Amino acid sequence: MSTIKDIILSYRDKPGGIIEAYHAVQKEYNYLPEETIATAASTFGVSEAQAYGVATFYSYLSVEQRGKYIIRMCESAPCHVAGAEALIKAFEAALGIMAGETTADGKFTLELTECVGQCQATPVITINNVPYLNMSPEQVPAVLALCK
Amino acid sequence: MIEEKRIVLRNADLIDPEKIEDYLLAGGYQGLEKARSMSSPDLIAEIKKSNLRGRGGAAFNCGLKWSFAPADAPVSYVVCNFDEGEPGTYKDRIIVQKDPQSLLEGMAICGHAVNSKQGYIYCRGEYPYVVDLLNRAIDQARGKGVLGDFDIEVRMGGGAYVCGEETALIESIEGHRGEPRIKPPFPGVAGLWAQPTVVNNVETFTNLPSIVLNGAEWFAAIGAPNYPGTKVLTLTGDVTNRVSIEVPTTATLREVIYDFGGGIKEGKKFKAVQVGGTSGGFIPESLLDTPIDFDSMRGIGATLGTGAVFVMDETRDIVDITTRIAKFFEHESCGKCNPCREGTFRAYEIMKKINQGQASVQDIENLTILSQVMEKACLCGLGQAAPSPILTTLKHFYPEYQARLQLN
Repeated sequence: MSTIKDIILSYRDKPGGIIEAYHAVQKEYNYLPEETIATAASTFGVSEAQAYGVATFYSYLSVEQRGKYIIRMCESAPCHVAGAEALIKAFEAALGIMAGETTADGKFTLELTECVGQCQATPVITINNVPYLNMSPEQVPAVLALCK
Repeated sequence: MIEEKRIVLRNADLIDPEKIEDYLLAGGYQGLEKARSMSSPDLIAEIKKSNLRGRGGAAFNCGLKWSFAPADAPVSYVVCNFDEGEPGTYKDRIIVQKDPQSLLEGMAICGHAVNSKQGYIYCRGEYPYVVDLLNRAIDQARGKGVLGDFDIEVRMGGGAYVCGEETALIESIEGHRGEPRIKPPFPGVAGLWAQPTVVNNVETFTNLPSIVLNGAEWFAAIGAPNYPGTKVLTLTGDVTNRVSIEVPTTATLREVIYDFGGGIKEGKKFKAVQVGGTSGGFIPESLLDTPIDFDSMRGIGATLGTGAVFVMDETRDIVDITTRIAKFFEHESCGKCNPCREGTFRAYEIMKKINQGQASVQDIENLTILSQVMEKACLCGLGQAAPSPILTTLKHFYPEYQARLQLN
């Protein structure tokens, strides 16, 4: 695993590259560990407050530790009418956590999200950005079983 | 029955999107070659004459937008808005996944017109797999040398709906929080890193190769005269066929829903359609014979927007759906301006109250006034459009609100 510093430094010459650097850190660590903010601030010449402000503006970036598998459940209107609420409840029940939480073993994080752009097959969830289409509460155990 | 007309999706499912050779064999990059044989002013005049209007939602004349960028600027940028975040919309994803080179060619044509050497594609964070596809496409285009001295870089968003607003998008490319800027100056004068910047949507760019190759008259003769060409629509909700289609802009909503969508699922009756994404207006049955072109949709108090077509059957609860939409805007407001930050919060609060059967007529009056203030006072399109679902459902589906009110 590359160090956070190495990842961020590889974006230093990219104008406005702080967000790209954050994405790259998250790709390896699943969230932005604390040292990310200070390292990014010094690399891109902004204050730590600004670097933190950027990291917390975007819902796909997280400064909180998250699970190995990040399950995002869309609740936008097309998914809403297709039964997103029952699906969300099924995931919460299966994992024993509420949306926004991470399982105690650090394996799963449940997040609510807005549209993921797969509205031809609602309701939709994504697991580590891979979309799962036409979901139903009955499919929840099988989908979770795919996450080893 | 109206037929599909494919300009943007002309190569869809006919070529391998991973192979630039396929695109070249299908006539790819001939539009760019022709564009480069023209002077910049002539090229801009040609696009202006075609009356291509922006496909991202605002429908501004594309050539006119380009003409605002000063011709003698030493540095300028071409930016592609691929941040489609309107719920119900996936057309730009379809376009790029099926034919990524078409987007690169369109951007390079724009680059020649405004004398820019650098393009950026801002792709929404929900599509990392499309970012990878685009990077492979750019590598291939560089390898073949078809882009000449024009280069393109892909940047990925972070799941912020507001970044679909062009100045917020520019802020995000610069590495900042995606908060909209106060205009003027407009991006054409001072955009990315304060340099002249043209921002267009994916669908707008991908129209360009065919327009340049076939001429402005060819394009202007397709579809509605005031909004010529085609529109890619994505059908969602309670239609039998949840498909994406490309139709001339003279197609009516009824044709879209019944001829292409196959009507309402499970033999149920139609109740409403919301066009243009979650910020669009709700449209009742009585207005279904309206053509989809931008101005006709405006004429009925709706919008063509992104071309999302969200159909609801007779069993759907309009108040509940509008409440859900109000929650969306409360979540996505960036918080920079008061009318939006407070307005989306209060609008959701009142909608929840109505949805739970705890509201009075006075709440609806307050909601109406709040909505009207937001339309006028919000800084950017997010807050200005956020009340549209509320106002249009109040207008067309008032009995559903009435049934929820407390009898006092």
